[in-house]
Amino acid sequence: MKFSGYIRPDGQVGTRNYVAVIPSVVCANEVAEDIARQTVGTQAVLHHQGCCQTPPDLERVTEALIGLGKNPNAGAILIVSLGCEGSDTDRIEKELRRTGKPVGRVNIQEAGGMSRAMQQGTDKAQELYLQISGQQRQEVELSSLTMGIKCGASDTTSGVASNPVIGNVTDRLVDAGSTVIFGETTEFIGAEHILQRRAKSSKVAADMKRIVDQMEARAKAVGVDMRKGQPTPGNIAGGLSTIEEKSLGAIVKSGTRTIEGVLPYTGIPDHHGLWAKDTPGREIEVLTAMAIAGASVICFSTGRGAPQGFPLVPVVKICGNPLTYEHMERDMDINAGLIITGENTLEEVGNEAFDKVLRVAGGETTKGETIRYTRSMDIYCLGPVI
Amino acid sequence: MSSKVVKALKNNEMDNVATVFGTGVEMGSKVEVSDPKGERIVVTALESIPYGHKIALSPIAKGSQVTKYGEEIGIASADITVGEHVHVHNIESIRGRGDWDMEKQEEERGIGR
Repeated sequence: MKFSGYIRPDGQVGTRNYVAVIPSVVCANEVAEDIARQTVGTQAVLHHQGCCQTPPDLERVTEALIGLGKNPNAGAILIVSLGCEGSDTDRIEKELRRTGKPVGRVNIQEAGGMSRAMQQGTDKAQELYLQISGQQRQEVELSSLTMGIKCGASDTTSGVASNPVIGNVTDRLVDAGSTVIFGETTEFIGAEHILQRRAKSSKVAADMKRIVDQMEARAKAVGVDMRKGQPTPGNIAGGLSTIEEKSLGAIVKSGTRTIEGVLPYTGIPDHHGLWAKDTPGREIEVLTAMAIAGASVICFSTGRGAPQGFPLVPVVKICGNPLTYEHMERDMDINAGLIITGENTLEEVGNEAFDKVLRVAGGETTKGETIRYTRSMDIYCLGPVI
Repeated sequence: MSSKVVKALKNNEMDNVATVFGTGVEMGSKVEVSDPKGERIVVTALESIPYGHKIALSPIAKGSQVTKYGEEIGIASADITVGEHVHVHNIESIRGRGDWDMEKQEEERGIGR
């Protein structure tokens, strides 16, 4: 089976052909955003990190920005630096140049402030897009597709409708040789024993246990019941009573196949198949983790209606709650609520979602992408801002 | 009392709760619970239960396990009778309980003094 994508110099295949405008620190966001607004084919990847953080977090931010630049949907990269940041902009540039993709860089302090950086940056973004805008899509094997998966604003329909649909799509892609990544370590709590049974090796099972223990310990260290943080007030209003109930429904979206390994937050899979990633549960940091891992498309399950996407990667919204779908149809791509009402089977909605993912990979826009509900993102850091 | 029959789903034969996927469940409403094998039972709701929330299928004593998907989703924090709404007011999680750790630490400090 095939899809139509952009083949990059490093052999990866993108589903979009953007110039990623990446600020190396939060202080460069405005410039990056304005450059992207002025230039077609760009996506600004705005975040709030990169300075006054502990060294492990600065390292994590550097790795994350490298991963985002390496994402196959970025055909070219423009790095926007302030000039005095804690993240390692030289290393980001060096590693991204190694991909063979066109890379530009602008430095706000060196340029002489915002307006000059804007002018330099806009000129560079224009040059970069002109270099890649003529590239044509080519038919490639489905094994070149990398999908990230996520659930957000879940309710009790998620675990029986939208997450099983993503599980169904995941199994099909893994069987076709694709790479699929799932995360949300918080939502393994209470269901980790089921995931451990699917681990490729005892080491992978031990890694799974380790990330869950660490996440639970971080939550417990605050000295309160984590309920309201997870499950969220929205989850609770939707009928999810405990983290265990949420987790047991959430892990269904990872399908049934063998888990090849457990990746750290900034990790990138080194071979095809199904991978777990250590991430929190919140959308903006999870979608970033998927993009870092190379996801060129993301499947996102919801019950109460989480509509937002991601700057670089199309996000297909699969809604498990038939009432929400009806109410928020303009933000939701697939109605898995038809499983709840008994109008469609899981297999039927799985077929529809699989076809949709392939069409979106081939260039069809998602509903959220069409209306640019795609700008929120951030990088998950562990230490304090200092 | 409502005469409308609302559907609910029991995910696994081990479960002692089912999830209501219909609106308008009030005291006295008949809730038709189906399981994966296609077997159906009718439970009478003892109170109003919102869409997507759980109804008790068997009595659950305080401190005993609440089971959904055939797995533990928490323990009852009060005695629960058949037909009751099962949610945060009568079940609690046994995971991520920093408050339990805190209570334990405070107890230990108290003993040490």
